[in-house]
Amino acid sequence: MIRLQNIEKVYRTETVETLAINSISLDIARGEFLSIMGPSGCGKSTLLNIMGLLDEPSKGNIKIDNQDISSFSDKKLANFRNQKLGFIFQSYHLINDLQVLDNVELPLLYRTSSPKERKALATEALEKVGLSNRLKHFPTQLSGGQRQRVAIARAIVGKPQIILADEPTGNLDSAMGNEIMEILMNLNKNEGTTIVMVTHDESMAQKTHRLVRLFDGSQVQ
Amino acid sequence: MLKNYFKIAIAVLKRRKFFTFISLFGISLTLTILMVATALVDKMFNPGYPDYNQNRSLYVERIEIKNSKEGWVNMSNLSFYFFEHYVSKLKTVYKMAISSGQKSSNAYVNNKKLVIDYKYTNADYWNVLAYKFLEGKAYGDKEIKSADRVTVITKKTKEAYFGDEKSVVGQYISADNINYRVIGVVDDVSGSARNFTGGMYLPYSLSKDSQETGLMGQYNAVLLARTESDVSKMKNEFAQMMKKVPIPPDFDSIYCNADEFKTSVTRRMAGNSTSNGVAKVITLGSIFVLLFLLLPTINLVNINITRIMERSSEIGVRKAFGASSKTLVYQFIVENLILTFIGGIIGIFLSILVIYLINESDYVPNFNLSMNLTVLFLSLLNCVLFGLISGVYPAWRMSKLNIVKALKA
Repeated sequence: MIRLQNIEKVYRTETVETLAINSISLDIARGEFLSIMGPSGCGKSTLLNIMGLLDEPSKGNIKIDNQDISSFSDKKLANFRNQKLGFIFQSYHLINDLQVLDNVELPLLYRTSSPKERKALATEALEKVGLSNRLKHFPTQLSGGQRQRVAIARAIVGKPQIILADEPTGNLDSAMGNEIMEILMNLNKNEGTTIVMVTHDESMAQKTHRLVRLFDGSQVQ
Repeated sequence: MLKNYFKIAIAVLKRRKFFTFISLFGISLTLTILMVATALVDKMFNPGYPDYNQNRSLYVERIEIKNSKEGWVNMSNLSFYFFEHYVSKLKTVYKMAISSGQKSSNAYVNNKKLVIDYKYTNADYWNVLAYKFLEGKAYGDKEIKSADRVTVITKKTKEAYFGDEKSVVGQYISADNINYRVIGVVDDVSGSARNFTGGMYLPYSLSKDSQETGLMGQYNAVLLARTESDVSKMKNEFAQMMKKVPIPPDFDSIYCNADEFKTSVTRRMAGNSTSNGVAKVITLGSIFVLLFLLLPTINLVNINITRIMERSSEIGVRKAFGASSKTLVYQFIVENLILTFIGGIIGIFLSILVIYLINESDYVPNFNLSMNLTVLFLSLLNCVLFGLISGVYPAWRMSKLNIVKALKA
């Protein structure tokens, strides 16, 4: 589903060159639940961003769903992200000015779907994460766990084949973290969604199909 | 999509109230000034009553005689003699309304001084211009020939002098201790129609200077052609005539123009005898509008950049979930247009208020500025222009944000 070949990412300033990712190659199969672990600053999030087409690698090749995305224009890339990928962030990144339902509808705004259709899909996604009673609330009126569930609903509303989660339980206590993990595992199991998750939590990582460890930008496991 | 943009635009406006206030204040004040200015210009170039034959008319207001060696220039209105002796003989001139500039006279009502502006006119003045007679009629050649002390007064003068009396035709009005018999009452003319406004109209034969034979004097005229197509012929004939008018001693050139109405306004504002001032008025007007729009636009651009950069996380999320740079530029421009339209609506209300206050203040008599459809259309156009100018740059800058950086900010 995702194929990374010799990915390298270098950050350059006027005086310093930092190698964030050092020649990583990775194949992730359709329906796989993969976790990425490693100490802070080892390049986990950078790798996830590259997989999510949010950042460009300095070298290397990415194929998603057998498509080489290196030649994609800004518009095509945006459309590809919209159709194939869903994101979950550690700090939720919900739009506080919009109600829960509008936040979840967001990915559908960039597709050709009617308002009625959008509302139905967003409500369905919120039901899946157990928040159908919070449609009209604003994010600031919710707890951390609830916000992350809204973020999950937003990630799955467009029925993407891949979900990329950057420390989705990082800001939550263990009970909430387990709830979120449960939702992700169900998604993977019941709907066959490919999930790549960056985590610091060994116990969460153990629940996934495969664990990749990074150290100083290189893959060590 | 639009509904979503609208929701977020309103939410953003509510979030930073002070910024919103500054933005709306800037937009509405600028638009108010522009709208009132457009209403003024509109009134200046389309004064309406009583001059409804502008398409068939040329306006002669000023004469200039020069001694180019010595650098002498004499400039003034024209004499009655000039119109009667030269212009009235032109074949293309169907009728000619000659009138003097306004002068002030004093009248006394119940021991209170009343200043009445008056002007002298010929008989055809009433045929060329469509004054609305509320009672009585105008004076004609007969009254002028016999220099009858008759007058046509305006409604305002009637009310100020005679109070509530229903009919005043046949009564006498005393101005500067001379009694004039009122033979007609006309509706008031706006002060912006400066050649036609006044409180009291008198036959020119009562004026002492109507017999003088020089070229300079206190009169101006509206030359009416038979048809619209005759206007250019009339203009040419007038120019040909001017070549034959003898130049007064001590001078070497003479200039006088018969202009279309709008040109007569620009010539008065920014031109001289050899330049009609149109280019100058358009250039100065455009520079004024541009500068006037530029300051609040720069201010808005700055505020917009701050506002948009505050929303970098939102931009990151939207991009991550499939918004292209173009879609985001579109969103932020739409949001900005919503902001400017709200400012525009406030501006329109403020303009109505300011125009009402100007009309009520009576600073210019019977001014009657109005928010007509042209003004409203121009104002809305201003809103769009304003929204686009102040929204495009911040939106473009924001759309170039790197997603990862935007999400981290």
